[in-house]
Parts: sequence; C-alpha cells; structure tokens
Amino acid sequence: MQNSAINVFLEGKNFLRLLEGLLITSKIAFISIFLGTILGILIGLSRTTKLKIVLFINRLFLELFRIVPLLVWLYIFYFGVTTALNIDLSGEIVSIIVFTLWGAAEMGDIVRGALQSLPKHQIESGKALGLNTLELYRYILVPQAVRRMVPGTINLATRMIKTTSLVVLIGVTDLVKVGQQIIETSRFQYPTAAFWVYAMIFILYFIICYPLSQISKKLERKWNS
Amino acid sequence: MITINKTNNPLLIEVKELKKNFDDKEILKGLNLSLHKGEVLVILGPSGCGKSTFLRCLNGLEKIQGGQIIFKTKNLTDKNTNWQEVREQIGMVFQNYELFPHMTVIDNILLGPLKVQKRDRSEALAQAEHLLERVGLLDRKNDYPRQLSGGQKQRIAIVRALCMNPEVMLFDEVTASLDPEMVREVLDVILNLAKEGMTMVIVTHEMSFAKSVADRIVFMDEGRICEISDPKEFFTNPKTERAKHFLNIFQY
Amino acid sequence: MNLNWAFIVESLPLYKKAMWLTLKLGFLGTAISLLIGLICSIVLYLKIKGLKSIVLAYIELSRNTPLLVQVFFLYFGLPKVGIKWSETACAIIGLSFLGGSYMTEAFRSGLEAVSRSQIESGLSIGLSRLQLIRYVILPQAFSVSLPSLGANCIFLLKETSVLGAISILDVMNVAKDLIGMYYKTNEALILLVVSYLLMILPLSFLLSWLERKVRYAEFGN
Repeated sequence: MQNSAINVFLEGKNFLRLLEGLLITSKIAFISIFLGTILGILIGLSRTTKLKIVLFINRLFLELFRIVPLLVWLYIFYFGVTTALNIDLSGEIVSIIVFTLWGAAEMGDIVRGALQSLPKHQIESGKALGLNTLELYRYILVPQAVRRMVPGTINLATRMIKTTSLVVLIGVTDLVKVGQQIIETSRFQYPTAAFWVYAMIFILYFIICYPLSQISKKLERKWNS
Repeated sequence: MITINKTNNPLLIEVKELKKNFDDKEILKGLNLSLHKGEVLVILGPSGCGKSTFLRCLNGLEKIQGGQIIFKTKNLTDKNTNWQEVREQIGMVFQNYELFPHMTVIDNILLGPLKVQKRDRSEALAQAEHLLERVGLLDRKNDYPRQLSGGQKQRIAIVRALCMNPEVMLFDEVTASLDPEMVREVLDVILNLAKEGMTMVIVTHEMSFAKSVADRIVFMDEGRICEISDPKEFFTNPKTERAKHFLNIFQY
Repeated sequence: MNLNWAFIVESLPLYKKAMWLTLKLGFLGTAISLLIGLICSIVLYLKIKGLKSIVLAYIELSRNTPLLVQVFFLYFGLPKVGIKWSETACAIIGLSFLGGSYMTEAFRSGLEAVSRSQIESGLSIGLSRLQLIRYVILPQAFSVSLPSLGANCIFLLKETSVLGAISILDVMNVAKDLIGMYYKTNEALILLVVSYLLMILPLSFLLSWLERKVRYAEFGN
C-alpha cells in the first residue's frame, strides 16, 4: 500500500497544513534568532569590560547552555517557571524565550570572539591616521568584526532551526506536530503514512538548512582568501 | 680526496632528457646524467635552478613530463612503476629532517625495516644500533625527536634512511636548516659514507664540503646541466661562464 | 522554594537508572560515530572515487536535519514499510548516523593538518599509502582532531535528551513522569539538571585532561 500512501499529501489540505507547521517553526526560529542576536551583541560587547563580575555572569550563562541540553531548558521554563510564578505560558512563548536566551548566549560568545580576534594594530594605525572613536568603529572595526561573525551566526541560525523541532515535545503545533496529526487522521486511509510524512519533514528541514550552510561556506571561502 | 675514476663501475641510474614542468613553467629542460656505483655526485647551482626538484624526481616525489630515468635497467618513468619498491633502494634525507614526532628515535629508524621490508626485529635492531653508534647517538635511541638538536635529528634521519639498505642515497640540502656548529657533525657522517663506497647524489651549498666529498660536480643553471667536471677542476678552472659567475659569488 | 527532600531521595534510584541508560546509549552512539567518522574521513582524504560523493551526501543529509526527525523516521516511519527496530536500536542508529558526520569533519581537519613533508618523509622510506595513514598521518592527526572529537562526544550526550520521545526511559522521561504523576515539578527539574551536570561535567574535565596529555606527548610542554 506504499504507493498510494504518498498520496496522503494530496489529501485534503494536508500539505498546506504541513507548510503551516513549517511556518510556526520558522516563526519561532527567526524571532528567536533576531532577538537573540540583538541581546547577544549587547552581551558580547559587555564582555570587553574589565569588571570581573560581569565576565563571570556572562561565562556562567554561556556554560549553562553548553552543558544542559536545550530540551531541559524548555522543560524548566514550560513546567517549572510557569508553576513557580503561577502563570500560564503557551509552548510557543516559552520556546521563544528559551531560544532567545540560547541565541543570546551563543551570539555573545561569537561577538566576543570576533572582537578579540581583531588585530590590535588596526586600532593603532586607525588612530594614527586621525580617526576618532566613532569613525574607527564604523570604517575599520565593525566591517571586520561583522565579517568574522557571519559564519558563526549562520551556523547558529541553522542549529536553532534544527532544534526548533523539539518544541513539539512541549505541545507546540510545529512542523513535527502537524506531521503527527496528519498521520493520526490518515490512520485508516493511509496506514503507512508515517513513513512518507516523516520523510517529507526530513526533506523540508534539509531544504531550509542546506542552502544556509552552503551560503556560510561560500562566504567563509570568499572572505578568507 | 683522491679522485678515483668510478665511471667504469656499473651504471646505477641513467637520466635521459628529463623534463619537468610546474603548471606551465618548464623547470627541468632536458637533463642527461649517469650515476655509477660508488660515485658521489654533488649538484651545485644558484637558487631556483631546479636541483632539488631534480633530486625529488629520482625517487618519485615529483612527476615527470618527459624523458627517462633508468634505474638498474628498469625504466622508472613507466606508469606501472612501483615507487614503494624503488624507494626502498633509493633513500632520501630532507632539509628539515622530518623525523616522525610521535615516535622515539629507534621506532623512527625501525619503521621502514620492520613494516615495509618485513625484516626480523632482532636483526633490524642490531643494524639500527650499530649505525646509531657510528654516528654517536646510541644513547639517544629512546628519546623523542623534540629532545634532540637539529644536528642530532639530521644524523638520525640519515641513519633511518641507511637502515633500509638502499643502493643510492639522495641528500637534499641537509645542512641548510642547521646552525653552523652542527653542520660539521652531519657532513662528517656523509663523508664517512662516501669513504665506505655509498653511491650518493648530494645537493648542497657547502662548497668546501662539495670539493672534498664529490667524485664529480654537476653544475646546474635554469633547469639545465651546464657543466660536469672533476671537483678540483671545477673550483679552480670552471669551463662555462655561468659556473664562473656562480663561483665568484662565493668568493668574498 | 520549599523542596520535598524525602521525595528527592526517593526518586534518586529512578534517575540513577535512567542516567546509566543515557550513558550507555551515548557511549555506544559515540563509539559507532567514531568508527564511521574514521572510515569516512579516510575515504575523503584518499579521494576514493564513487565513495567520496556518497560520504559527502551523507554528511550534508545528517548535518542539516534534526535528530528528533531522524529518530521519528526510524521509530515510527520505517515500521510502516516493514523495518521494525527496537527503540534502543533506533536510538543508537540515530545517534551514530548524526554523530558519524560530525566525527568525519573532526578527523578530516586533523588529517589535513599533517604536513606534506611528513608525508614525503614517510614515502621515502617506502611506506604504502595505507601504511602512511596508519603510522604517520593518523597519530599526528589525532592530537589536532581531539578537541573536536571531544566536543562531539559531549554534543551527542546532550542530544540523547530527545530520545525520550521514542520511549527511551531516560532522565527526561523520568522527570516528565514525576511532574505528570506527582506534580513535584521543582524537585523533578532540579534532579534533572543535576543529572546532566553529573554526566557531562566529569566527561568535560576528562576530555580536557586528555587533550593536555596528548599535547604534552607531542610537544613536551
């Protein structure tokens, strides 16, 4: 019955619903990437400070996300924080909060790395040419820092998109959840739908992430030469 | 060194019209040379003349675009040449010694004999220790390369190549990376090898060494062999203009 | 926050059992990933025709898709076409599939870091290509690859957190059950975080120590 099972995508609005699920996934991902980047840049800049306490908090923040799996964080916010603060947050909002924090932590590290890797003599020669601080940043430091940040940022974005698949486990109707719903409703008509649906979801993620990783590679190659 | 004419000895390597290109540039433009058993050839020439490249062609590290290399009647430029086998018989020592950093001295030396030639361990070990003693480094056999000086590493590299029992040894500027104090100890080893009758092709900048070790001097310039002569003659009365110019550079 | 310590103590055995399962799966997944990574990286390094494209395709497919979808496909999708594997098998296969491509990249950077002159030195004593890889290149590549290999191990161990979704009784499921059945959210979550700290921090220190030891052996400092 496999041949006809692939037709599950033609049935009703199934494919459209999959794309809707994809939209929710993308929404969470992109909002988080956007907010996370802004927050991350601020964090990254703050790591240039000499205040030990600020550096310590930043480091702790990053390590917490590096050691504890993201799904655990989703659980903590979805089950723990909501119970503790006695509020009711949807899975979607929890996802955006957690992903934004994760994005900010990683982005902060990327920014710090980019700033630290800038050759110091650039700053000196810029000053020697008579540039003031603002001009220094605008013409010399920022363009070079951005260049070093882009591959890491794209890599982070790709990872975040892949990880949004987890939000199905805290009840969000994302791409994976829609897929499960389709499988459930097609249980009688297309009993082998699960094979095709999950294969399709696999392909959809690939279609989004692969071009991103290729762009990153091309940019890296272009800017490294 | 008394110049014995060794060109009547059996012919080991014959090079005919050897041509090599790099991208589209001609590096070697048709070299002709013969190497006899027991001979020591020293190749001299200005930077970029192709002498190192020529040496590397002899053991297959560089591909050839034209001409022939005949080693003991076998044509090495044939596509089916098993270079692994050839390299057991033509050994090479490099400018940067290139000992394997993750192995001790003795393991470096025994790798070829044990894994490539599949020799008996005790026999290979005996030869290795004998050779180490002759270069004065037997007490260092269990050290790692990073614990040795440049001159010591180069002497070990020579021992490593010798332990394969090659018929020909190639030396590519082996003292160029060494501090002046260490150059002598390495050159002494090579001189001893020459006295024992090892067939060698040496690329070097060390002029007085070249004079004392060579049976014949091969002078190259811009990818061609300009002059081949007896060392005494070459240094006192070079035949070609280019050789004269080259030697003038070295007289301060 | 008032914690029910009695509950915490009672739940410890559950978490302990789940941690062992997680570690076991993580260990097996990592081991197989390392094997896959080693083979694939050598294929790419030797540029073996035919196999090279397959390996490259494999890397792109596994790196650009989430583990959750991969294991869902294995556990829910494949049975519909007759291939039915246990949840443990699906977990290990999923981890190895994903991990293999990460390990390939890690080994590859190590292999390419070994200098051309080391290779020529090995060739000049008559080593064959495979002998060259085994005795000269791999040992030197290892110290370069080790940090990435270690980071990948930790990554795979963290990724085991999604396996609860295919009925693996890991710490995530234990926490979820305790929250769902006893409403002891804080206790369950604290134990959950502690479990991961206990599993990952020692591994992280072990890997750092190993990196330092390998670097010392190579460079003596």
